[in-house]
Amino acid sequence: MTTVAVKPATMAQALTRALRDAMAADPSVHVLGEDVGTLGGVFRVTDGLAAEFGEDRCTDTPLAEAGILGTAVGMAMYGLRPVVEMQFDAFAYPAFEQVVSHVTKMRNRTRGRMPLPLTIRVPYGGGIGGVEHHSDSSEAYYMATPGLHVVTPATVADAYGLLRRAIASDDPVVFLEPKRLYWSKDAWNPEEPAPVEPVGRAVVRRSGRSATLITYGPSLVACMEAAEAARAEGWDLEVVDLRSLVPFDDETVCASVRRTGRAVVVHESGSFGGPGGEIAARVTERCFHHLEAPVLRVAGFDIPYPPPMLERHHLPGVDRILDAVGRLQWEAES
Amino acid sequence: MTVMEQRGAYRPTPPPAWQPRTDPAPLLPDAEPYRILGTKAAEQADPELLRTLYARLVAGRRYNAQATALTKQGRLAVYPSSTGQEACEVAAALALQERDWLFPSYRDTLAVVARGVDPVEALTLLRGDWHTGYDPYEHRVAPLSTPLATQLPHAVGLAHAARLKGDDVVALAMVGDGGTSEGDFHEALNFAAVWRAPVVFLVQNNGFAISVPLAKQTAAPSLAHKAVGYGIPGRLVDGNDAAAVHEVLSDAVRHARAGGGPTLVEAVTYRVEAHTNADDATRYRGDAEVETWRRHDPIELLQRELTERGLLDEEGVRAARDDAETMAADLRARMNQDPELDPMDLFDHVYAEPTPQLREQRDLLRAELAAAAEAEAGTETGAASGAPEGGHR
Repeated sequence: MTTVAVKPATMAQALTRALRDAMAADPSVHVLGEDVGTLGGVFRVTDGLAAEFGEDRCTDTPLAEAGILGTAVGMAMYGLRPVVEMQFDAFAYPAFEQVVSHVTKMRNRTRGRMPLPLTIRVPYGGGIGGVEHHSDSSEAYYMATPGLHVVTPATVADAYGLLRRAIASDDPVVFLEPKRLYWSKDAWNPEEPAPVEPVGRAVVRRSGRSATLITYGPSLVACMEAAEAARAEGWDLEVVDLRSLVPFDDETVCASVRRTGRAVVVHESGSFGGPGGEIAARVTERCFHHLEAPVLRVAGFDIPYPPPMLERHHLPGVDRILDAVGRLQWEAES
Repeated sequence: MTVMEQRGAYRPTPPPAWQPRTDPAPLLPDAEPYRILGTKAAEQADPELLRTLYARLVAGRRYNAQATALTKQGRLAVYPSSTGQEACEVAAALALQERDWLFPSYRDTLAVVARGVDPVEALTLLRGDWHTGYDPYEHRVAPLSTPLATQLPHAVGLAHAARLKGDDVVALAMVGDGGTSEGDFHEALNFAAVWRAPVVFLVQNNGFAISVPLAKQTAAPSLAHKAVGYGIPGRLVDGNDAAAVHEVLSDAVRHARAGGGPTLVEAVTYRVEAHTNADDATRYRGDAEVETWRRHDPIELLQRELTERGLLDEEGVRAARDDAETMAADLRARMNQDPELDPMDLFDHVYAEPTPQLREQRDLLRAELAAAAEAEAGTETGAASGAPEGGHR
């Protein structure tokens, strides 16, 4: 077996490649959004697509998010597979009525006669020194809206595979791209992209026996670092990367928690009404007799996203994660 | 060194001479709503078209009356009547070819029916046994849209997609005067104009957004004038003149089909009845105003024209009414049958495949239903054996 020399690629490059491959494979795939054409997107994720596929396939739209998504709905009604780019998390809010009233409901309203296969790409989360309105974690809003799949990659390979899956899905998918990971690098061979399981499967990124860290997207890095640091404290932590918030992989998460008996949910989104509450409830309902301690949450504070010079205090880091692990009632063990 | 400090060397480029990007004059609507009936132009109108419009208007009014009656009998949850607006409803449907698409708002059931949708299926939303009762692809009619103006960008996207695919399809989207204040109205018109999408926007200005009159809705000279800001033509038409609405919409459809881009049509009409059966219009308008509009009735305008030109006699009037009665009787009979409901439908069509979470919830409801059925069976057994408590616990 020959070893392919694999060069490191960034998550942004993997996303670009996924869009390009999807457009090449299926002429009904259309990309539209603000600055996605000539400029290639403010994060350059659509770089080169307009040149390769023409402006009818990769279209610079007027600056209006509800209009972008609303027209994409009409395009999907006519059999196209639009992929819209919302420039930033907080700029996607004007499109929210289209998400809630039409994108998520059209299949249901019409008894399955009018499905809307469209993908909404949303760069999200903080940690990039962005000023106000550029760093929101908006996943809880989408999770609370039935009819959507909500997907978020944390690795370069997943960025490619999950986006291909999202575009191929016959349901609308909110594809949340962790901005702080756009420039993260992994050994990844774009010529042999790893096959990705269907949307909805979590993955164990690190096996361990002491406790499970449940996380996704932008917080995976901190969790992996925390797991490494925890070894010094004598804890062997397991890390589960959810990859998909909707559908939720109860099976993988609960199998892990039943093994370890302890769990901490980690995300940037605020804790009150955030994803962690739902995850902790699901784990508790299903794994109560296996739990040695309450499921804890390590999350962003319940505050408007802070200014860039203060954001490091807000974002869950290694210390906050380890503090939470330390509160998982280890007394009984000794 | 800043720009200010290098004053000696810095020579700003003079701005180029300004000129408008589009000549606004041809885009402007007429000063008065365009009319055909009762004018010289009526002589040019196709008699067959006028007779067809007449029969459809009479049937439409009867449909509205029947649907309103069904709300009183508890057969419909609610009905927003388009009585007084039948000319717009019918002309919108008739201005389109079969391959075209209609995007109705919640008050446009008549247009949906005029497009060929089954009259009972068109009422599914308002009966409440499901949301959209008809297959949108069968007659190319989008679901009745309740959130105002949100269907307009869909029309633009669909028309744009059709053109990208090389298909000859025009989309006609309907909205009310209140809907023109929504952001989606603005965004849809702007996208359509920039993309030169084959779309016709029909605004039925019926005077009210529930209780709020137009004066509190806009300061524009007319709603048709809004078109100029997007660089597209605006047309103003008497919405109670079926021949005029049909002609203006047909022109706009032709213009769109030929690649000329979108048109905004404002049809000036009046909502003769309350917003819905749940509304009380006496709280915000007087009888005198309604009476003025009743004298400018779309059916009477058309009937007068046809009668004066010898195109309609008493027998023709009676035939149109009889046909309408037959339609109403059929609608009544079918709506008086209880719809078949299956609670398990709730979990179908949320996704292509139910998520594991939805499968669990479906099982929960199925168990609840089974338990309820069992309890009911127990009650019946108990009643038969004379036990007063039956199976209830």
